[in-house]
Amino acid sequence: MEPITVIRSRTVVMPFDDIDTDQIVPARFLTTTTRDGLGEAAFADWRYDAQGAPKPDFVLNDESAQDCQVLVAGKNFGCGSSREHAPWALLDYGFRAVISTEIADIFRSNSLKNGLLPVVVDADTHRWLIDNPGAKVEVDLEALELRLPDGRNITFDIDRFSRYCLLNGIDQLGFLLQQEDRISAFEKSRPWQP
Amino acid sequence: MSAKSLFEKVWQEHVVVPETDDHPAVLYIDLHLTHEVTSPQAFSTLRERGLKVRRTDLTLATMDHSTPTVPVRSFRDLQIVAEPQAAKQIVALEDNCREFGVTLHGFDSEHRGIVHIIGPELGVTQPGKTIVCGDSHTSTHGAFGALAFGIGSTEVGHIMATQCLLQRKPKTFAVNFEGSLPRGVTAKDMILALIGRIGVDGGVGHVLEYRGSAIHGLDMEQRMTICNMSIEAGARAGMIAPDDTTFEYLKGRPMAPQGAAWEQALARWRSLPSDPGARFDREVTLDVSALKPMVTYGTNPGMVVAVDEPIPDRSDSNFRKALDYMGVTAGKPLAGHPVDIVFLGSCTNSRISDLQQAADVLRGKHIADNVRMLVVPGSQKIKLEAERLGLDRIFVEAGAEWRESGCSMCLGMNGDTVPSGQLSVSTSNRNFEGRQGKGARTVLASPATAAASALAGAVADPRPYLAN
Repeated sequence: MEPITVIRSRTVVMPFDDIDTDQIVPARFLTTTTRDGLGEAAFADWRYDAQGAPKPDFVLNDESAQDCQVLVAGKNFGCGSSREHAPWALLDYGFRAVISTEIADIFRSNSLKNGLLPVVVDADTHRWLIDNPGAKVEVDLEALELRLPDGRNITFDIDRFSRYCLLNGIDQLGFLLQQEDRISAFEKSRPWQP
Repeated sequence: MSAKSLFEKVWQEHVVVPETDDHPAVLYIDLHLTHEVTSPQAFSTLRERGLKVRRTDLTLATMDHSTPTVPVRSFRDLQIVAEPQAAKQIVALEDNCREFGVTLHGFDSEHRGIVHIIGPELGVTQPGKTIVCGDSHTSTHGAFGALAFGIGSTEVGHIMATQCLLQRKPKTFAVNFEGSLPRGVTAKDMILALIGRIGVDGGVGHVLEYRGSAIHGLDMEQRMTICNMSIEAGARAGMIAPDDTTFEYLKGRPMAPQGAAWEQALARWRSLPSDPGARFDREVTLDVSALKPMVTYGTNPGMVVAVDEPIPDRSDSNFRKALDYMGVTAGKPLAGHPVDIVFLGSCTNSRISDLQQAADVLRGKHIADNVRMLVVPGSQKIKLEAERLGLDRIFVEAGAEWRESGCSMCLGMNGDTVPSGQLSVSTSNRNFEGRQGKGARTVLASPATAAASALAGAVADPRPYLAN
């Protein structure tokens, strides 16, 4: 995984609450056996009509949304299923960060393991971002700062372990594999066996 | 020693390395359930890194999500009935399980079924265990007093390689259900009412513990329905303290402890319920005595109302968008709204008592001409048991389709879908836009409400159908 430090991009705004993983990637795309190529499936039912033509009123089909890497969405983004295909699809589409006032637990965990930054901000900052689509922002993982074009710096929090892994481009499995001795000792000493 | 909750006890017993600011806890997992959809990428990771499945004895696989619900006896059948990509995924699971030595309940197994149905059925779901699966409805197993939660495919790989996960400790949330359920009102209505009350994000970051007289009056199948939908309130997991109902359900099941081991397990399980005075980060209480059958009217499970009460009215854009999608009207009850499809199935409501609930409504009657009804038992065992009880005949004579087990129309991955624009009354767990097929509209309800709606050809209150 490539190390992540700062993401500089204009924003795309989807002002809806509770955008679920079935919207992010509909179930019919989950028959894949790889992680790749899901960008086309991202928001497929909002992006394309029954004939497969882009729906002109959906924000990702707007010229202004092209090459945007930061998605601003309503609260409880990523609720629903545990499908890691959701962050895979967003990353393959080109997003690098999602900003909301609340991000669902499993989606957040999956995102952090793939280099999609889940950024939770206060309601006022969120309101401003919703009201200013296309704003040029900087998401700084090192400084844990979201920098807005009007000069405001908003701090956010990301689990320290996940942040370390993302800044250094390493995955979390390595850490777990290093615990082998302790895992074996646990298995031997526990009072009952599953 | 301070009073501990059920969750605290199970969590503490599984911490291999305690969490610090620098890293999450290393949590040991006692049972990993897996299926065809979220495992292939994890098996690939093992292969790329030269790793093995560390504890094949604590890993169990089945086929459910993209597996067809028409009869498939062999892989040759599969190539004919399944969509090519789905068939490839199912074959990949078979190959991966063989290569890594994982037990698979495939087409030749009498134990095949939805992953969250077969764990309890086999008796491998047990109190005090930590259980994970690459599926958010893993919370179902919490009905036994297990700590059970859904994970993504990267974590599926972590589990396979190390039998552990990196986890920050969640907060706790006590949900007290008090009173006794009126006739025709079920566990499904209880959990829908809770989600309506606390919202689809009400449980984010928390493990719920369902408590109170109304919970302990439920059988295990109804408890599973409640815990199953914990994720629909945004919760990490849902748990119910084990009691005699739990132990009776488990005793004698193929993978439950036997003989002296059973007695030892029982002693341990009896110590699991939350201590008096255990503290929770949050608490809510619901009285179920006046609860009615509940139905969803919008595009998330928190948009829910009693079947005979008017759909609420709000002016915000989220709400308007949902009502437009569903084609329903604020201020009018959902009862009477035309129905195209009825789906009885899913890990929420496809167990034998769910099928019986629906059969009680349907017996000797016929569904409306304009309705298609699909009945999909949760496992092959349930299918056989239903056939032994003659439930399949009640369904077929009523005009419904009787299928093989699988996830089916809950998520529309295996050919069973709701056509665009049609409305389905479904006993499943998610009414998201397009969940049951592109453009599909979903009303979540109990098996009794679903069956009554099939008869009426419109969303219907099941209580009059149960009067005699």
